[in-house]
Amino acid sequence: PVNLFEQFQRVANAYFLFLLILQLIPEISSLSWFTTIVPLMVVFTITAVKDATDDCFRHKSDNQVNNRQAEVLIDGRLQNEKWMNVKPGDVIKLENNTFVAADLLLLSSSEPHGLCYIETAELDGETNLKVRQALPVTSELGPDIRRLAEFDGVVVCEPPNNKLDKFTGVLFWKDNRYSLNNEKVLLRGCVLRNTDWCFGMVIFAGPDTKLMQNSGRTKFKRTSIDRLMNTLALWIFGFLVCMGIILAIGNSIWEHQVGAHFRIYLFWNEVVNSSVFSGFLTFWSYIIILNSVVPISLYVSVEVIRLGHSYFINWDRKMYCPQKDTPAEVRTTTLNEELGQIEYIFSDKTGTITQNIMTFNKCSINGKTYGDVYDDLGRKTEINEKTVPVDFSFNPLADRKFQFYDHSLIESIKLGDAMVHEFFRLLSLCHTVMSEEKNAGELIYQVQSPDEGALVTAARNFGFIFKSRTPETITVEEMGKLVTYQLLAILDFNNIRKRMSVIVQTPDGQIKLYCKGADTILFERLHPSNEELMSLTSDHLEEFAGEGLRTLALAYKNLTEEHFKEWFKILQEANTSVDSRNDYLAAAYEEIEKDMMLLGATAIEDKLQEGVTETIASLSLANIKIWVLTGDKQETAMNIGYSCHMLTDTMNEIFIVASHTGMEVREELRKAKEHLFGQSKDLSNSHVFCEKMQESKQDSVLEETVTGDYALVINGHSLALALEGDLENEFVEVACMCKTVICCRVTPLQKAQVVELVKKHRKAVTLAIGDGANDISMIKSAHIGIGISGEEGMQAVLASDYSFAQFRYLKRLLLVHGRWSYFRMCKFLCYFFYKNFAFTLVHFWFGFFCGFSAQTVYDQWFITLFNIVYASLPVLAMGLFDQDVNEQNSMDYAKLYEPGQLNLLFNKRKFFICIAHGLYTSFALFFIPYGAFYNTAGEDGKHIADYQSFAVTVATSLVIVVSVQIALDTSYWTAINRFFILGSIAVYFAILFTMHSDGIFVIFPNHFPFVGNARNSLSQISVWLVILLTTVVSVMPVITFQFLKEDLNPTLTDQVRKLQKARRKQKPLQNYMRRVYRTNSRRSAYAFSHQEGFGELITSGKNM
Amino acid sequence: MYYGLSNFYQNHRRYVKSRDDSQLNGDNSSLLNPSKECEPYRTSENKPIAPCGAIANSMFNDTLELFHIDNETRIPITLNKKGIAWWTDKNVKFRNPFGTTNNLTALFQGTTKPVNWPKPVYMLDSEQDNNGFINEDFIVWMRTAALPTFRKLYRLIERKNNLQPTLQAGKYSLDITYNYPVYSFDGRKRMILSTISWMGGKNPFLGIAYITVGSICFFLGVVLLVIHHKYGNRNNSADIPN
Repeated sequence: PVNLFEQFQRVANAYFLFLLILQLIPEISSLSWFTTIVPLMVVFTITAVKDATDDCFRHKSDNQVNNRQAEVLIDGRLQNEKWMNVKPGDVIKLENNTFVAADLLLLSSSEPHGLCYIETAELDGETNLKVRQALPVTSELGPDIRRLAEFDGVVVCEPPNNKLDKFTGVLFWKDNRYSLNNEKVLLRGCVLRNTDWCFGMVIFAGPDTKLMQNSGRTKFKRTSIDRLMNTLALWIFGFLVCMGIILAIGNSIWEHQVGAHFRIYLFWNEVVNSSVFSGFLTFWSYIIILNSVVPISLYVSVEVIRLGHSYFINWDRKMYCPQKDTPAEVRTTTLNEELGQIEYIFSDKTGTITQNIMTFNKCSINGKTYGDVYDDLGRKTEINEKTVPVDFSFNPLADRKFQFYDHSLIESIKLGDAMVHEFFRLLSLCHTVMSEEKNAGELIYQVQSPDEGALVTAARNFGFIFKSRTPETITVEEMGKLVTYQLLAILDFNNIRKRMSVIVQTPDGQIKLYCKGADTILFERLHPSNEELMSLTSDHLEEFAGEGLRTLALAYKNLTEEHFKEWFKILQEANTSVDSRNDYLAAAYEEIEKDMMLLGATAIEDKLQEGVTETIASLSLANIKIWVLTGDKQETAMNIGYSCHMLTDTMNEIFIVASHTGMEVREELRKAKEHLFGQSKDLSNSHVFCEKMQESKQDSVLEETVTGDYALVINGHSLALALEGDLENEFVEVACMCKTVICCRVTPLQKAQVVELVKKHRKAVTLAIGDGANDISMIKSAHIGIGISGEEGMQAVLASDYSFAQFRYLKRLLLVHGRWSYFRMCKFLCYFFYKNFAFTLVHFWFGFFCGFSAQTVYDQWFITLFNIVYASLPVLAMGLFDQDVNEQNSMDYAKLYEPGQLNLLFNKRKFFICIAHGLYTSFALFFIPYGAFYNTAGEDGKHIADYQSFAVTVATSLVIVVSVQIALDTSYWTAINRFFILGSIAVYFAILFTMHSDGIFVIFPNHFPFVGNARNSLSQISVWLVILLTTVVSVMPVITFQFLKEDLNPTLTDQVRKLQKARRKQKPLQNYMRRVYRTNSRRSAYAFSHQEGFGELITSGKNM
Repeated sequence: MYYGLSNFYQNHRRYVKSRDDSQLNGDNSSLLNPSKECEPYRTSENKPIAPCGAIANSMFNDTLELFHIDNETRIPITLNKKGIAWWTDKNVKFRNPFGTTNNLTALFQGTTKPVNWPKPVYMLDSEQDNNGFINEDFIVWMRTAALPTFRKLYRLIERKNNLQPTLQAGKYSLDITYNYPVYSFDGRKRMILSTISWMGGKNPFLGIAYITVGSICFFLGVVLLVIHHKYGNRNNSADIPN
């Protein structure tokens, strides 16, 4: 019942209800009440069932999150409580690797000093660990539940907002004031790492949390076809009113001119007694009769088709990920055809494009590369499952997940190559990783950046095992024996230095400096004697970078005792200096990090998800623009851009916008723009004039003129400025002309803003894909949001419209399912409008011959059943199963995707063609029987020119014409299509004969007046001749037109179809994939986290 | 033999629905209490009309008689008044009220004749099986025409034997008892004699239409063939850009 009420709120349904009421007025009613109520009931039932199932699923998934358990301290005891019941003020206990349930004030943790580590990947996409530290006063509370329960501090803080990196507040407790900042707060969506437990007090819960504040509003998404459909429905309605008016005027005139003399036989009703009033009533009557041009079953059919497509996606085995056991899932079933119209893809990086796994892949030690696998003939081979990985079983502490394929490296280690040893020693010493030995032989590293983790793990597997550290020492197990180094200094990483060093003293007293860093930086600081090695390593680095690996150069330096002491003094001075301490420190670091000896270089692979490169390549072939929006830093983002070939060296120019003021951003954008236009046309000298020119032209025109590939990289700061006011246009203009856009360091809200911006300015269909909670806003604001499922966080999936396990399925989703959906939906709509016009307009023509009296041409039952029984299933079958080219070809010829983007298959023009076609058919349908029936008699002389026979003839012709038409339209025949088309005709005749049978008439004489009609008229040969003629005349122009089009001006689709047919006859051709080989310049990315490392923490000894 | 009327809107909505199929089917309760659809021809003088409604009320009631004039003597042509309605109509759709007697006068007790009729329904014909609602002239009239110009079967002229034509060449005269006014609405009455073939009565439209459409199809076929040969192959060999 509630559902019924809701359904009536939809305009369309209310309209039909209105019609129903009209039909109950006897003076107006031109049809019995059941002609509307029966379809309406069917429609309502289907919609209600669908809504109910949808709701059911939604509740299920919501419950899943809401019912997650959290341990809440109630009445001095820990109790399990559902997430939805967590309130501000509660004290919650969190365990390792669990999600934080609400925004918490950290009170105490298992680690010393109230430290705790969190991963914020869900929030901002950064995967490195972050440290949060409780207030000293609260951290004393420790795990003491009793005291925690008594905790009665009051937090005064800012109102809920969406700024993830800021928090200000004050804690009042025991008459003291403690100021709170972001460092003391755990935000919902974070994951607790490397911390056994911690306690926190809930500050914000539920929708107030920063995560939820960031997720943006949920909007009801509709597809552009939906909107077009609504407009068209309005137009049709207008058309309907026009027809109504024409016929009503006709009626008035007729009543006045003809009817007036006809009174003897045709009386006035007692109510109706003037021609004008009669015209008015006729108007409404015709509205009722002709209402089937605004088809009641359209909306529900569209829904059913979409649902069907959704199931096809759900059932697609090629989008099922066996590793994670997750099939693709359609969460919003109403958007499928939009998948065939995507122009912009906004992608998250971490977890979406990349797997968020770093592996040590290759290295170059002392001028020799390791890591490639060669076959017997000395050729480089691809690494695949058959390649034998290095066996690390000699090393009990090896990480089993680590795989390396080059056996020569392990051999040189075993042989005791000094340089190789030094190389791995450096890796095991120069880092800020912390280790933990849970059980014997089980080392766990707490890494701040996954790059470092990868390096240290590599060293560990090759026998240089970093075991533990204290503030002064580092213990390493080198090839089986424990060595303890004195840690003298950590020269920590920062963004400017792009390197880090440690100075250690070996047990035999030697002082050594180990340094790793970005190659460009490091190479400047090498000893001149390294020239030769440097160029060799350089070549290797280039090679690594060409494969999209992240590279680091490693170097060492032997120090003398005196030199070190001297320098240490400088360092301490710098340390103690009050102002500009950082500058002094940097200078001191600079002082010691020079004249180093190059050891080699490492190459880390930021593992891309499977098939990302191919996916991106074919998507860009399909003219889809891909923007990467990531919270990561610029270097990382660009690196990924290179490794998945979104950025290439063949690009004409890569614009990097990274400025801090609006003016600078404007300047950079302008420069970029000038560059873009400079290539394609001569810039006029006057700047102002130039700008005016640009403005006067349409964006799209400009886009055409730009030749060559460009890319734009912009960081969050500049983006924020670029999104403001007047810069917006400029930004969009430039960005849309670039082939690739990468935005880095963007906040979740900015992601959404970018999406909104493109939506607003380009009127294009956008798709956002992401996996983390930080992508929710983007997913929600884009036309289509896709969540990558299977990882821990389900937040993005819950907000998304579609979810699947891997990025590469996107290709299939768009190029196959999206394209088909769009194609089918367009065909369906075309046919549907055609069908309804053909069906309904016959009444219009008939109006001229029945005194505009709103007499129907067909039997009322036929009107009732036509749209829901006779003509609905074949068109549904076509909408569900039709395909123009098969899936392999839709993937291979990505260009086939373009009609969708350009909206070619169903637009207003197409609509009018359909209407015209329908009009023509209805014309033929009426006038051919008219001509034939004008003066005729049956075989046995009995008359067949009566109204009922006419009705049966026209109805039969209609059903046959419509079926033939759909048979012509169907390009992919399945058994179901055949069954439905033939079945519909069969059902038509079956129902016809039933309705016209004696039995049913005897039972309801008033409702089935057509008794015996089918038998009598359909046994006449001339009736069949009329039907045949009508069919031929209605279909012939269509065949001609289609033939001409395909013959003279074939579209790409036609060509591919032909090819497909030809290929099916021959033996299937081998499909080969060209591998893209690329030349690349060297890029180094010291992709450590943007924060300073743990260096300070380590040396201060806080965390030990 | 047909009678034809033109400009008579038997397909007007108000007209078409002004009947009660239950009553015509012999339902006794409908007989005395006809459907509202029959208004204003539902009751007259506080008695229900049988058959009610505008269609029945306006029944064609001219009488046509055909004579062959052979040597100044008028030989009436036998006009068969049975077998002009569909079997289903006569036997299923239209039935006289059901009662204990066969006397129609008694069965239609309590009803009155339609306003325009000169005599009640049970006096339409003398024969019992062609009287009342199952009078075939009545049934034919009640099967409303699709178009405002229509003809309805009036009588059948049966062929006596195969040796001579049904109507020999000669002079004929037609006597019309004029009852039915059509002048007011500019109507025309016609009398049509038509021979029946396997395709029904004479109807040139279908033939002309078939010839026209057939020639168009043929012409189009030739044109398309030419076009296909001249231009069609141009694009076939072109390879597809990937």
